[in-house]
Amino acid sequence: MPASHPVELLRFNTCGSVDDGKSTLIGRLLYDSKSLMEDQIEALERSADLTGGGQINLANLTDGLRAEREQGITIDVAYRYFATPRRKFIVADTPGHVQYTRNMVTGASTANLSIVLVDARQGVIEQSRRHTYIASLLRIPHLVIAINKMDLVDWSESRFIEIRDEFETFLPRLDMKDVKFIPISALNGDNVVEPSKKTPWYVGPTLLGHLESLHIGSDWNLNGFRLPVQWVNRPNNPTDRELHDFRGLSGQIAGGIVKVGQKIMVLPSGFKSTVKQIWTYDGPVEEAFCPQSVTLVLEHDLDISRGDMIVGLDGLPGAGTELRATVCWMNPRPLQRGRKYFLKHTSQTVQVMVSALESRIDIRSYDAQPEPPELAMNDIGEVRLKTARPLIYDGYNINRLTGSFILIEQGTNATVAAGMLHPALEAVKPEYNDFAI
Amino acid sequence: MSSYHLDHLQYLETEAIHIMREVAAEFERPALLFSGGKDSICLLRLAEKAFRPSDIPMPFLNVETGHEFPELIEFRDRRAQQLGAKLIVRTVDQAIANGTAMPAPGEISRNKLQIPVLLGAIEEFRFDCAIGGARRDEEKARAKERFFSFRDAFGQWDPKNQRPEIWNLYNARLNPGENMRVFPLSNWTEMDVWEYIKKEKLEVPNIYFSHRRDCFRRGGQWLPVPPSHTDATKPDPYEGARPKSNEPIKSMVVRVRTIADMISTGMIESPADSVDDIIAEVSAARVTERGTRADDKASEAAMEDRKKAGYF
Repeated sequence: MPASHPVELLRFNTCGSVDDGKSTLIGRLLYDSKSLMEDQIEALERSADLTGGGQINLANLTDGLRAEREQGITIDVAYRYFATPRRKFIVADTPGHVQYTRNMVTGASTANLSIVLVDARQGVIEQSRRHTYIASLLRIPHLVIAINKMDLVDWSESRFIEIRDEFETFLPRLDMKDVKFIPISALNGDNVVEPSKKTPWYVGPTLLGHLESLHIGSDWNLNGFRLPVQWVNRPNNPTDRELHDFRGLSGQIAGGIVKVGQKIMVLPSGFKSTVKQIWTYDGPVEEAFCPQSVTLVLEHDLDISRGDMIVGLDGLPGAGTELRATVCWMNPRPLQRGRKYFLKHTSQTVQVMVSALESRIDIRSYDAQPEPPELAMNDIGEVRLKTARPLIYDGYNINRLTGSFILIEQGTNATVAAGMLHPALEAVKPEYNDFAI
Repeated sequence: MSSYHLDHLQYLETEAIHIMREVAAEFERPALLFSGGKDSICLLRLAEKAFRPSDIPMPFLNVETGHEFPELIEFRDRRAQQLGAKLIVRTVDQAIANGTAMPAPGEISRNKLQIPVLLGAIEEFRFDCAIGGARRDEEKARAKERFFSFRDAFGQWDPKNQRPEIWNLYNARLNPGENMRVFPLSNWTEMDVWEYIKKEKLEVPNIYFSHRRDCFRRGGQWLPVPPSHTDATKPDPYEGARPKSNEPIKSMVVRVRTIADMISTGMIESPADSVDDIIAEVSAARVTERGTRADDKASEAAMEDRKKAGYF
């Protein structure tokens, strides 16, 4: 295979209601892009014989667990991998049942693109509105509305336009920049990999053509340098003088670009220093960018530990113990005012108390209901939180990595919520400890 | 570099390094499962990238079935020594001898017996986390795994009750007795592994490359003829795994695509004797990697059942 140009990775998730054909669509992408192997096709044919129909059921490729095959549903996020000469793809197959919204949040959180599947016969249903809302809430950069089962509405252009218009009644309320509508039949493969002869009225790309060509180079935040310190790298090697004094700050860059010689600030202490070296296993580099994993060496020997954040001097992040956030609740035990949790944000974990429940979002109308008594499983709402230590953060709308957190229940250690921070009202105001410069 | 753009291998690498460092920072006593196979070879390079110039801050652990390819053991020991790491080996033989593992009557494969040995080692060294090289593209049950896979005090995986993993925030909190399996290569495919081996110029055991070997046909696979039994004072460890009179031995040009032990690894006929050849072969392959693993053929849910019992 000639690999003359670098191959990019695109991550997407599929969401839709039960029987919208998500698993069939993924099976179709794998099958038509020739990513399936003989033994997988054999296993498919075996199960087709067993279930009687004799026709290959593409959904059996993704419904991996026995419990799922027995019940004919997908109970958890399943990840699939396929490649074309132009791109590699990671697919998160997320179930559509109401009670599994948490799985969609999980699958979508790392995605460049979401595919919302709609049954052409049913049009927009509550699940379509929920999935589109979650995609916008998580700020997935790209959205595809795949109108499936077009064969069952006689490939009607007017039906396609009708459904698109239904979406247009609420899409403007959501912050989605890039939305594409594609008429498909996952079962028969029309407009999935090959253009369909049955939709002469549709002039856009096939689904795979779109996935292969859309611009994803700007999906990472390259403004405002952020390095949450993950691990302090101290070899403490007494036999090697150079290593004995080595003190590196390791982490994955969560935003922006860093260069040797650049002035930086360490938060929350506010100490300033200069980047002396960007150390990597493959040798020192002059600059590094989000989301690379690096080890920084600073000019000054400062007291820095896991949970601190190294930032550029332009565009400082926010800081504080009083936070506002939108949360998606993921646990059967509801969220109530006054409860305490652990909050994990970048590389630190702090104790947090829920000081107020401000609203619950009604997924049908997208309206906020003020002051709900609690947030139940799969509810989305706005809350106020008070942390035991100040958090250094950005609004989720600015930076997905420094603006996101999870809540962990104390005692069971269950992950109970995904949270997106609202922008801080003011930037961090460090005490001026300028002596390090 | 100044395009501020990562290609797919660079993306997978930075994701895996981030996970390695989370393990080092969040757990008190982690271990890294190193078998000498191609996936764990990549794990070692990622560990070097995550932690150098410091030492890799965790020992390596390997569970032997007693049926290993000798080439693999030699490679494993040498590599651990080169990296200056502590290598802990626990064996199914020891576990059978001290009664912690009981072979099922008539079962030749020791694949399932690795489970109590692994759990025993986790208990013995009080490991709270074990890093493994499993990938989601290997098998349907693995496709639903998390990066941080929570196991209860019995080492069990509960697929219906996994912790949601959102963004790159991993919940590593445990209560006493519980532990975590962490899979930094979750998002890698077989092709990614070989491309990474090529890019990083990593050495792999020579059984991955084409060589001549005596094989016999069983269960639709070419199995290697085990080494001859020389020590008559001990029972034959390969009893039942030797070719029967109706299973003729054939000298073939073969290699392994995935390595379990000699009993459960099917050899594939292949002239590939370089990493480039293997990459070409993988890209043209019409059978999945696990298609050559006898341990997965038991039933459609074979992997799901073993994982629930504590398998990696």
